[in-house]
Amino acid sequence: MAEHLLEVQGLKQHFPIKTGFMKTTMLKAVDGVSFTIDRGETLGLVGESGCGKTTVGRSLLRLYKPTAGSIKYHGEEISDQNIQGFRKQMQVVFQDPYSSLNPRMTVGDIVGEPLDIHKLYKTQKEREDKVDSLLELVGLNTDHKRRYAHEFSGGQRQRIGIARALAVDPEFIVCDEPVSALDVSIQAQIINTFEELQQRLGLAYLFIAHDLHVVHHMSRRIAVMYLGKIVEMAAADDVINQPMHPYTQSLISAIPIPDPKQARERHRIVLQGEVPSPLKVPSGCAFRNRCCWRQDICAEQTPELRELAPGHQVACWNPQMPK
Amino acid sequence: MSQPLLQVKDLHTSFPTESGEVRAVNGINFSLQRGRVLGIVGESGSGKSVTAYSILRILDNPGKITKGEILFEDTDIVKLPQHQMRQIRGAKISIIFQDPMTSLNPVYTVGNQLTEAIRLHTNRNRQQAQERALEMLELVGVNEPHKRLKQYPYQLSGGMRQRVMIAMALACEPDIIIADEPTTALDVTIQAQILELMQELKEKLGMAIIMITHDLGVIAEMCDEIIVMYAGRVCERGTADEIFYNPRHEYTKGLLRSIPKMTASKERLTPIGGSPVDLLNMPKGCAFAARCDRAMKICLTEPPEEMVINPEHRAACWVNVKEGAMAQGGQHNG
Repeated sequence: MAEHLLEVQGLKQHFPIKTGFMKTTMLKAVDGVSFTIDRGETLGLVGESGCGKTTVGRSLLRLYKPTAGSIKYHGEEISDQNIQGFRKQMQVVFQDPYSSLNPRMTVGDIVGEPLDIHKLYKTQKEREDKVDSLLELVGLNTDHKRRYAHEFSGGQRQRIGIARALAVDPEFIVCDEPVSALDVSIQAQIINTFEELQQRLGLAYLFIAHDLHVVHHMSRRIAVMYLGKIVEMAAADDVINQPMHPYTQSLISAIPIPDPKQARERHRIVLQGEVPSPLKVPSGCAFRNRCCWRQDICAEQTPELRELAPGHQVACWNPQMPK
Repeated sequence: MSQPLLQVKDLHTSFPTESGEVRAVNGINFSLQRGRVLGIVGESGSGKSVTAYSILRILDNPGKITKGEILFEDTDIVKLPQHQMRQIRGAKISIIFQDPMTSLNPVYTVGNQLTEAIRLHTNRNRQQAQERALEMLELVGVNEPHKRLKQYPYQLSGGMRQRVMIAMALACEPDIIIADEPTTALDVTIQAQILELMQELKEKLGMAIIMITHDLGVIAEMCDEIIVMYAGRVCERGTADEIFYNPRHEYTKGLLRSIPKMTASKERLTPIGGSPVDLLNMPKGCAFAARCDRAMKICLTEPPEEMVINPEHRAACWVNVKEGAMAQGGQHNG
C-alpha cells in the first residue's frame, strides 16, 4: 500500500490542571488517537465542544508538544528538532476570522509574512507578485492588500486566512472550524473555495467542525470524537447513513433537518445528561453514563477501535449493526 | 380568525451613528397569534434581533424606534412610558438571550436571579417566590434544583445555564416568549434537548414564541410560520411548508440552496454571491438586487412591495411579480 501523507499513532495530549492546593490533575484532552490522511484527501473530525478535536489539530502542528504518540509525515517522524521544515508543508486556518488576523497589519503583510519567514522570494517584486496571486487564488481583489483586516466582512477575512495558509505552498491544511463563524450564505462560498483549492493544488485537509452537514459535504472519511477518543471512523456516507456507535447515532438524530416534513416524521434519540467533565471521565467507555445500550462490561473495560465492516471502525462493546 | 396577540405595524428602528443613520429595521409588519411559533430567519445584520429588542424596548443606545406601532393586546407598546413598559417586560413578554454565558449576572446566585423576577412581577412573598423558582427549575429539567438555587452561574454548564434562562423567562407565565438564537451557543445534542423542552413547554403552557435564528434546521423543526428578513425588511413570509417547499423570493431560494444536505450526493453548493448589504449605504431598489442572479432593471430602482401568492404566503420580489404576470398571461393565451 502506498505511503500515507500523515500517519498518527496513539496521539495523547494531557494538560496538567491545578485542582487544589498542591494538587494537579491531568486533563486528558486527547487520549490515544490514531488515524491516517492520504494525499489530497479530506478527513472530517466532528464532536462536541471539549471533545479534543481542536487539540488534535494543534498537536499535529506541534503548537502543543504531544504527551505521547507518533506523528509521521511522508513516513518521517516529526519531532521538536525537525518541525521547522514541516511548518512549510502543514498549515492551519483558524475558526475565528476576527481574532486570528493581526489588526495592525495590512492584508498584504498578513499574507506576505509566511513568505518572509520562510524566505520564499528573492526580490521585493517577486514578493508582491506572490501576494497578488495568492489573493486572486482565494477570490480577493489585489487592490485589497493595502487595507486592514477590520475593513473586511467575515467571509472575506476567512479568505485572507486561507491565503496566508497557502502562502508557503503546503500539502496539508488543518481547517479548525473554518466556517462556523460565518452566515449560511457566506459559508457555502468558503466551502466551495476550499474544494476548488483542493482540486487545483491537491491539498489534504483535516477538516474540524461540529456541523455534521458541513463535514459530510467536505470529507471522504469522518472520525467522530468523544472525550478525547475517536469512537467511530468510516467513509462519510457510512457514518451518516449507517452509524454504529450510539453516540454517533444520537449526534446524527440531534441535527435539525432543514425540511419541515422530515422533521415532523423522524424519531429523535435525545441524549440524557451532558458531557462529563474531562477531568472526571467515567471508567471504561467514556460514553456509558449517557448511553441507552450500556452493559456491565462498559464500566469495566475501555472499548478499542475495531473494524466491524470494511473501512468502518467503531469503539463500542455493544455496537448497533445496520439492519 | 381571532384577534392577534401581538401586531407589529410598519416598524422602523434606526441607530444614528457618526458615519450616518443605520436603518436596522425598515418597515416590517407581522402579527402573532396565541400559541403559535413564529420564526424570524436572516443573516447577521438583517435586523432580526433589533426587531426583538424593539418589541421589548431594550434597544442599546442610540437605537430608537422612529416610526410604527407595536400593538400588544391593543396597547401600543411604543408609546408606553417606561414604568408601564416594565410591567410588560418579563411578565407578559419575556426574552431568552443568545448567550447563556454572559446574560446571567455572575455575582448573584441562580436562586437570587430567579426570585427577583418572580417577586417583581407577582405578589408572591420571598417564601413563595423560592417555591416557584424551584418548581420552574424542575419544569425545565435542571437536576438537583435545591442545590442549583444556591449556585452561581459559573458553576453550571452551558446547557444548564440556558435552562435557567428559560426558567427565568417562563417564571411569570408570559404570553409571549422571544427566543433570540437560544441554541446557537450550544452543542447539537444539548440543542436537541432545549428545543424539545421549548416545544413541550409551549404545549403545556400555551404561550406564543418568536423564534429568532439563522439556522434553517431549527426553524423547520419549531415554527408554524416563518418570516425571512434581509437588510431590515421582510422579503418573504408564509407557513413553514410554503417557505421550504415553495420559496418565491430569490434570497430565500439562495438560502435554501446554500445549505449542504446530508442525503444528496456531494455536488457543489450554490452559494449566494457577494457580501451582505451595507446598512449605511442602502440601495435605492431591492436591497438584495446586488447579490441576485436574476435582478432586473426595476430591482435597482424601486423597492418591491409584498405580493400575495396565496392566503398563507407573501413575497416581496420583482422577479416573482414578473413570473406571476407571465403565468397569468400564459393562462389567458392558452
